[in-house]
Order: sequence, then C-alpha cells, then structure tokens
Amino acid sequence: MKSDPQESGLLKGLAENDRQAVEMIYSRHFGMIQSLVINNNGSSDDARDIFQEAMIVLYEKSKNEEFELTCQLKTYLYSVCKRLWLKKLSQYHRLIPDLNGVDEMVPVEDDIEAHDQKNAEYLLMERALSGLGEPCKSLLEAFYLQKKNMAEIASGFGYTNPDNAKNQKYKCLIRLRKLFFTEYKISPFDE
Amino acid sequence: MNKIQIMDEVERFLLNDMSREEAAAFEHLRNNNPEVDQLVVEHGLFLSRLDNFGKNKDFRSSLHDVHNHLTDTGVIKEAAPKAVIVQFWKKHRRVMAVAASIAGITTMSIAGMVTYYSRKVNTEQLQQLSKKFENTERNVNALRAQVESNKDKKDKAPTDTPIKSGGTGFLIDGKGYLATNAHVVEGSSTIVVQNNKGQDFRARLIQVDEPNDIAILLIEDEDYKTLSSLPYGLKKSGAELGEQLFTLGFPREEIVYNEGYMSAKTGFKGDTLTCQIGVPANPGNSGGPVFNKNGEVIGIINTRQVQAEGVVFAVNARNIFNTVEEIVQDSSNPSIKLPLVSTLKNLDRVQQIRKIEDCIYMVKSY
Repeated sequence: MKSDPQESGLLKGLAENDRQAVEMIYSRHFGMIQSLVINNNGSSDDARDIFQEAMIVLYEKSKNEEFELTCQLKTYLYSVCKRLWLKKLSQYHRLIPDLNGVDEMVPVEDDIEAHDQKNAEYLLMERALSGLGEPCKSLLEAFYLQKKNMAEIASGFGYTNPDNAKNQKYKCLIRLRKLFFTEYKISPFDE
Repeated sequence: MNKIQIMDEVERFLLNDMSREEAAAFEHLRNNNPEVDQLVVEHGLFLSRLDNFGKNKDFRSSLHDVHNHLTDTGVIKEAAPKAVIVQFWKKHRRVMAVAASIAGITTMSIAGMVTYYSRKVNTEQLQQLSKKFENTERNVNALRAQVESNKDKKDKAPTDTPIKSGGTGFLIDGKGYLATNAHVVEGSSTIVVQNNKGQDFRARLIQVDEPNDIAILLIEDEDYKTLSSLPYGLKKSGAELGEQLFTLGFPREEIVYNEGYMSAKTGFKGDTLTCQIGVPANPGNSGGPVFNKNGEVIGIINTRQVQAEGVVFAVNARNIFNTVEEIVQDSSNPSIKLPLVSTLKNLDRVQQIRKIEDCIYMVKSY
C-alpha cells in the first residue's frame, strides 16, 4: 500500500519538526492510541507517553531521506504504540491483556529497536553534558544545539572576544567527547 | 599544532567553514596523517549525534507543547483512566450483583435476628426482674395479710399519715417497755412498733429524755404477749476499749446484725454520756442496742459523724437507768424492772442472736 500524498507531506513536515504537521498528526491519531492504552490497563498519562514515543520513532524515521511509509500513518503509529505498550506492561509486571486481536499490524520491531538504541545514545549524551558542569554545558548547548554564533555566545557568556569563547568551547568539547566516549566504549582520538 | 587547533580545523572542515585554500591544505594534512583522518570521521559522527540529540530534545519539547496546546483547545481529551476493576465489573456485573444482594440479605437478616433476639432476652430479663419484685411484694403482702388475719383484722398503722421517721427499739422489761432514741419518736402522733416477724403493735410514749436522747415506750396492744424475762441485761459500767461489740437493728425491713469494737469511752467532742463504737451503722439503726460479747446492753446507738468514716456514737446504757427513774409512777402503768443479768454468757453468737432478736423492734413513728 502506498502512502497518500497528504501523509507524505505531513511526514516531511514532521522531519523538520514543523509545528503544524506535528499538531495535525497528533490531533488525528492521539485519540485512537489513548483508547488503546486505557482499554488495556493504562492511564491517560501512559497514553501520552506511549504516543509521544511513537511520534519520536516516526520522527527519527522520517528524517531518513530514503524513508517512505509503506502503509497508512495510522496503522504504523498503532503498531508502534501497541508494541511499546506491551513492552511497558511487561516491565511494570502489570496484567498483560490479550492484544493480539484482528488489528491491522505492520512489523515495527526493527524500528523500535533502532529507536531504543538511539534513546540509549541520547541518554549517554545527556549524562555527558550534565557531567561537564557549567559553564561548559550551557556554552556547548548554545553553540551546537541552539546554533548560536560565536559573537553572540561571547557577549552572552561575558567573554572579552569571540576567540576566547571559541577556545573555551573547544576545551569543553574535548572534555565532552572524553566523557561521552568513555561511556560509549570507543577510545577517542585525544586520549 | 595543539589539540584545540586541530579540533578547530576539523570542525571548520566538517561545517564547511573553510576557504578553498584552507580546505585543500587540510585535505592534504588528512591524507598524510591517518590520526587526523580518523578524528575527522569520528568527529563527524559525534557532531551528528550531538545534532540529533538536540533535535530529539526539541522534538520532545514540541510534542509536549502540542499535547498541552491540543488539550487546552479541546482537540484531544484526556480520558479518565479505565481501571481493571471497571472491566472486571463489566464482565462480572450480574454475578456480583447477585452475590451482593445475597450478602446484603444475609447481613440484614442476621442483623435483624440478632437485634430481635437480644431485645427479647432483655425485655424478658426486665420482666423477670420486675416480676420478682412484684412477687416479693406480693409475698410480703401475703405474709402481712396472714399475720394480720391470724392476729388482728384491723391495720394498726394509720393509713392516711406517712411514716415520719423510723428506728430501732428494744425491750427493757418483758411487760412491754421499750427503749429507743428520743429523736426517733420526736414529734410523733402515733407510734407503731414491729417485731422481727413483721407483726405490728401500737405503743405509747412514756418518757422522753432529750439531753440523753433516750425515750421509753410502752406497748399497749392486746396482741402483745408479755415476756417473763429478757435474755439480756443492761450493763451500768459500760465497756472496755477494744471490747468486741455487736448490734441488731432495722436499717431496712429486715433485722440486720453488725459487729465491731469499743473505739473510745467518750462520744462526740468528749461527751462522757456517750461512747464511740466501731460498728457500721445506717439510718434506722438509731435506738438499737449495743451488746458486748456476753449479751449485755452497753449502749444505744444514736448518731454517726457525717464527715468521718465509721465513727458511730452510742448512748451509755447507764443513762437508761436515770431515765427510767424519772418516770412518774403511775398506777395505770406497770412498774419497770430493768434486767441486770444476762443469760447469754458463753453462748455462741448465733444462739445469742436467736434469743435476742425477738426483743428487738422496729419503731415507726407517724
């Protein structure tokens, strides 16, 4: 089944974190997932967590330029959510309901596995960043995440000139790489 | 080149922030230096990771925003959690309803039965109690009726006047002379005395000795049978401290025995006319005789101290002699001869009481 052009457009928007696209997908499909979770021993908070996780899976996938959804968005999200919810239920040791109904499902195990791997990586990065301490953390976040230029950063952090800020940034970056790769079990170059 | 310079070059190369010449020079360095080449590859990956991390973070936060925004605008609604119980309830609704009603009915019927039976027992007990009371009253009435039908048809007690006070009296002469307290018969219009068997006799006040609180009565009733002698005597000398004493009196409808000891030779505030005894006494004991262990009357109970526990005072028996002496000898009254000798010596207490109790009367003044 080919995805319809409207959904392809939505996915493009999603890949760019376009607010409108996100809202559209969210409002169309959240209700379905909520009833899935709530009908199977979950709360609305669980439903929100599960749906947002599935949205991230979709987001990561949509960023890949070769990605093309081979089924309806609805089916994909439903499959991912169901899988995620079953996983969570078994983690909680909650009563696992019989979810193997006649629902239309697509295989999503690989996507979820990739997503879990990415999540683990992000967690490492998060830990490495908080391990840096201030002002390194804020400095690196300002440059690499918020994409501010060095002049802005220098004035914002009180450096006399952008070159000082740049030097400080590299010092922080080297420390961050060290922290990250120690955890990641890859020996970095600067050791 | 130090680390920072290398990092700067690598990063600028990766971010395409190099001039054409610089890039060419760096490419040359990279091709000749495998370490630099490795760093370029590695740092490229690292930067993309960092970038993805940042984007992921942004996306998560925008998802949160979207969720809150959509909830606020009512596009999506957070449903109330559907607990397991609800499903369970839906599934087993009928069974649970039946079970609940059975439980309810059982509880109600048990509760009902419990209350029903417990209340029944209670009322029965109450009825039994009241019956008993009625029975005793009836028995007493029957006994009275019997006694009265045997002895006398007419009621000796005045029916229209209530009893003003009651006390105890005892015979001091077999001809019908009684001694009691003056306060027992004070202000009375009629005096009726009742013996231990419940038999009433009319009596007349002969002599009152207010200071000593002694009154002498004479039974004037056809039914009274004169006694030739009394089992006890009056003792003039009183009792020694610590001597065993006992009393008989009518604090209630029945004759009551009590025993104790001689506590002090003087009475309230050093009154030498009375003595203190350690015998429990209650209203109604007034006028009752106090005996020593030989069955000699050593006094008449008259008061007890209100504030103190177990402090009872008795009028010394010798005062009876004084009172009796003052009785104006009237030809209409038989002469009094006070008993001086006790025949109760060396008898055990039960036998003593058996002999004495017929000489003790309840004094009812109307």
